[in-house]
Amino acid sequence: MNIAQFVIPLQLFLPVIFAFGLLLPIPALSRRRVAWSYSAVTSALSFGMSLFVASQFDWSNPVMQLQASFVWMPSLGLEFGYGVDGISIWLVMLTTFLMPIVVLGSLIEVDHDMRTFHFWLHILEAALIGTFIATDVLMFYACFEFTLIPLFFLIGLFGHEKKLKAAMTFFYYTFTGSVLTLAGVIYVAYRYAEIHDGRWSFQIAELYTMANHLSFTEQCWVMLAMLAGFAIKTPMFPFHTWLPLAHTEAPTAGSVDLAGLVLKLGPYGLLRLAIPMAPAAAIAFAPYLGAFACVGIVYAALVCWVQRDAKKLIAYSSVSHMGFCMIGLFAFDEGNIGAAGAIFYMLAHGLATGGLFLCVGMLYDRFETRDLRKLGGLATEMPLFSFFFVLFVLASVGLPGLNGFVGEFLTMIGTFNSPDGVLGPVFAIVAASGVILSAIYLLFLTGKLIWGKEKHPGYSRKYDIIHEHGVDPTHVHGLSRREIATLTPLAVMCVVLGVFPGIVLNSLEGKNGPVEQMLAQAKTYIDYDANAVAWEQGELFDDDGLSASDADQEPVELVQQKVRRLVESDQREETLDLLITEATRGNVEYRVESSLVTTGRRQVGSGEDEPDLAERNRLLDSFVSETPAFLSLERVNFPKTGAE
Amino acid sequence: MEALIDKLGSLWPEIVLLMGAVSCLVTGLNHNPLARKLTPWVAALSIGVASLLVAVVPPAGAHPLGFDGLPGFIKLITLGIALLLLGLAAGVPDALLQHRKTESSPIFDAGNSVKGEFYAFFLLSITGVLLTAGATDLVWLFLALELVSLPTYIMIAVTRDTKLAQESAVKYFFLGAMSAAVFLYGFALIYGATGYTEFDAIRSLVAETGPTPLLIVGVILSVLGLCFKVAAVPMHVYAADVYQGAATPVTAFLAFVPKTAGFVGLMLILGLVGWPLPPVLVAMLAVIAVLTMTLGNVLAAVQSNLKRMLAYSSIAQTGYLTLGLIAGPVAGAAVSLGEGVAPVTQPTGNGLAAILFYLPAYGLATIAGFAILAALWVDRGENPDPDDDEAQTFDAVSGLWHRHPFLAALLVVSMLSLVGLPPLAGFIGKVMLGTSIAQAGLIPLLIVLVINSAISAAYYLRVVIVCFFGDDAEATHVRPTPLRFAAAMVAAVGALALGGYAGAPLAQSAHEAVRGHAVANETPAVADASE
Repeated sequence: MNIAQFVIPLQLFLPVIFAFGLLLPIPALSRRRVAWSYSAVTSALSFGMSLFVASQFDWSNPVMQLQASFVWMPSLGLEFGYGVDGISIWLVMLTTFLMPIVVLGSLIEVDHDMRTFHFWLHILEAALIGTFIATDVLMFYACFEFTLIPLFFLIGLFGHEKKLKAAMTFFYYTFTGSVLTLAGVIYVAYRYAEIHDGRWSFQIAELYTMANHLSFTEQCWVMLAMLAGFAIKTPMFPFHTWLPLAHTEAPTAGSVDLAGLVLKLGPYGLLRLAIPMAPAAAIAFAPYLGAFACVGIVYAALVCWVQRDAKKLIAYSSVSHMGFCMIGLFAFDEGNIGAAGAIFYMLAHGLATGGLFLCVGMLYDRFETRDLRKLGGLATEMPLFSFFFVLFVLASVGLPGLNGFVGEFLTMIGTFNSPDGVLGPVFAIVAASGVILSAIYLLFLTGKLIWGKEKHPGYSRKYDIIHEHGVDPTHVHGLSRREIATLTPLAVMCVVLGVFPGIVLNSLEGKNGPVEQMLAQAKTYIDYDANAVAWEQGELFDDDGLSASDADQEPVELVQQKVRRLVESDQREETLDLLITEATRGNVEYRVESSLVTTGRRQVGSGEDEPDLAERNRLLDSFVSETPAFLSLERVNFPKTGAE
Repeated sequence: MEALIDKLGSLWPEIVLLMGAVSCLVTGLNHNPLARKLTPWVAALSIGVASLLVAVVPPAGAHPLGFDGLPGFIKLITLGIALLLLGLAAGVPDALLQHRKTESSPIFDAGNSVKGEFYAFFLLSITGVLLTAGATDLVWLFLALELVSLPTYIMIAVTRDTKLAQESAVKYFFLGAMSAAVFLYGFALIYGATGYTEFDAIRSLVAETGPTPLLIVGVILSVLGLCFKVAAVPMHVYAADVYQGAATPVTAFLAFVPKTAGFVGLMLILGLVGWPLPPVLVAMLAVIAVLTMTLGNVLAAVQSNLKRMLAYSSIAQTGYLTLGLIAGPVAGAAVSLGEGVAPVTQPTGNGLAAILFYLPAYGLATIAGFAILAALWVDRGENPDPDDDEAQTFDAVSGLWHRHPFLAALLVVSMLSLVGLPPLAGFIGKVMLGTSIAQAGLIPLLIVLVINSAISAAYYLRVVIVCFFGDDAEATHVRPTPLRFAAAMVAAVGALALGGYAGAPLAQSAHEAVRGHAVANETPAVADASE
């Protein structure tokens, strides 16, 4: 037994164990301070665990590794499958990194049921980690869906005035979207079973192979089903309407987790499941998704501008910023700069927006208001707070040297370089205007809060009662030591990632890097319009995918007999047509020279050593233009007859 | 004669239950108070012995429809859940006014107590399910199905001191009698079309000649009649009233027992035609499924009475289950589970296995919900009518979390499992149903299934919301009934466990129970090809 096998499951189950530790019948745990300290220590331990995972991770080759699987329902094709690659390890680290911080930051705001609060917080952490490390699509879905429960209780029990409405809206909206995702996943698995003699599998890696077998129409439906869940979670305009309410009404810890982590499930799901499983549809949808993302960037930015509630402003800014993630993800540029930038941006946004939410939470702890009209000029009263706030604002705006800049810059470069017919300079320009707008509204927010005439409604009584070090405003420049400890790690990471983005980007890029693995399949479809190979002729993608492949599908033996007969009778045109159709269905394989046409013209070449594009086109041509002698029976492979 | 004796030999569990029913009559109406007190334990003992016998006695042999493991599977599941239901129902007759009067009087008047009848009918109805599972003949199937229902009419009528109960019993009885007429007519047509009542004879005739129109009409009528048992549209109208009128433990009984018998009956009747079903049957079942789940969910969403809501929810769940009937069984691909473990066939995609898995999953979750309602009572103050202390409305569970966190947690598990949220049993059940309907190529029905899950989240979640965020319901108190707590706990833990590791063996044995049908279907096809 290798130690590496237990690293990832331990990472997942540590928070669960810690959560159930809170349920132990120990009276001391009912005391606020004790429960809080317990939670701070345990979440720090989880973070330590993720550092250990990182130390076990082979950074030189950041593909899926440290894999482990445990039986769940093996015969159903279900298992608990875990593993991390260069993408998910960062998201796991972001999750465990933010958790101790939100625990530190939530001492004052949570004034009842501290134990329940931290129980759900740990469960949420586990569900998030589970989603990021799942290598089984149902495991992914189970964790993805399960995040709703802890968030529902966190918002509903500990939120602000309209907490119940916020919790319900959040649950219904996202649940409705994600059940459609489940339908899409089941559909892909069903098509997989159809091709593999009725053997079902839900392993993500296995389902990737379905990209070659789904017709274009099917891919579009699968993509739509996945988008229903993931676009709502991201949230992409116009499906963002649940977000402002949920973020504003949630307790600070909930907002930080929502903005910093839960929103990341959307782009992550698209990258991990939707794009590799429906690559052709991803390319075809990219311009529309890009357009929605750009509209979202600008629209949400304009909405931010007129907000009077600081927290709502930051909530809307998430909608705007996640638009950058989406355009980066669907840029499909040569070097994957856009997608790598999108992942980087997820981390950057988690840190910066998390910091902003924490700052606003601290203001609310003191003044019980977030109204920009009632607050102002805090720079004199709380200089250190102002320092952190301005830092996070600048990180959010994208000041060079801070993390937000790297993400925004890379996603826009990627969009700009995006090939024709996908995204392009226009999208980059619109997105760039969003950067300007974000500078306007965030600096407007800063101007109101930090500078200007000093005003605030006076310290709240609650802050008086639960005060940590008295209410002396001069105490450590207006922040308590706990608050400094909360904000410092975030601020440090903002700067570190801004100055050394390479530590993250190195694990994402590269010819065999994780991002390339997710996108490679999709990128082969970029040229389809240009080459006009069969896309429009409907040869490759039978647009009546369902009826052609299900209803009209003849038994394999019959098809193979037909192929034999045609090849022998030397009817070249018909043979080619039949071969191509049947090859796309996986019924026959055809060898061209030394390579194998496994699925028609879509994928030429065999196994590891993929020929480059020119070579592939040459093979394609040869396949089409060979002399009739080329169509010899020796070159036709009948995979299923061979097995019998 | 030999055959009859062989047949009787396979009926030991049923015989034990009948003996238990008679013993309950004797002890329940006994002059000796101790004997009366022991009646539920007599019933429990006979259920226990019967389940032991099911486990020990070898199955009767090859099933005429290829459902070799179905009788054993259904019997074990039903007996297991019957124990839970008994834990829930224990004490129902003791709470009745008449019974309390005669208990406290110096001379016990058996005529004023229903204690014996209640447990006897309970066991008789369970016996009916067991007989349904073992049916190999249309007449037997009819009698068994009626044996399930007849005792329930009385159980509803006698277990609550309120006119509502009598009203719902009468409604249930008349509609039940009508539905029995409908499916008996269907059975008669099947007999008319084939000339046989034995399943194996009908099956082999259908295999030779294919289903005749008359046979199809017979099957359609039988299915419609059986829709009553499972509470499917268009025979669902009684559900809400009857569920509301019956005492809560009896409602839990109604939500599981007749439904199980009904689905077994449907499997057997449709098995006569065999899968893939003729298009007309697929169309009919698809319409029934879509209407049932949609109507159930929409109507459940507007209820303010929890028992009525759970009634409509049970209608909606029937709609989900009907999808499995459309999909039918598959042989399943062989998968290796690793070194040294015998390879098994995959249950994924098998519609009947999905039903057999979903039935206990749904049953456990629903029973947990009803058990918690049954464990509460509402102090109505100036209205001391004893029948009216049942906790029925959302208000009754309002703020339950603050006063009884444990009960609230169980209620949440049960509701979330009914929604189908991972990692609970309902999720696995819905995935199995979804994969099976996809396997059948009916993707639109898969979409309807997931959309309905989303609708259902609205009202199941409302229970959670009321329970956690509502104001404390001062008038609600907990009954001192440890057995009901235990039943609720076991049911909720079961719903949790079936979503985890315990689900795998259940799904596997459900699959093994019915895959024979699909294998038998495949064999002639292979023979044809070789000719």
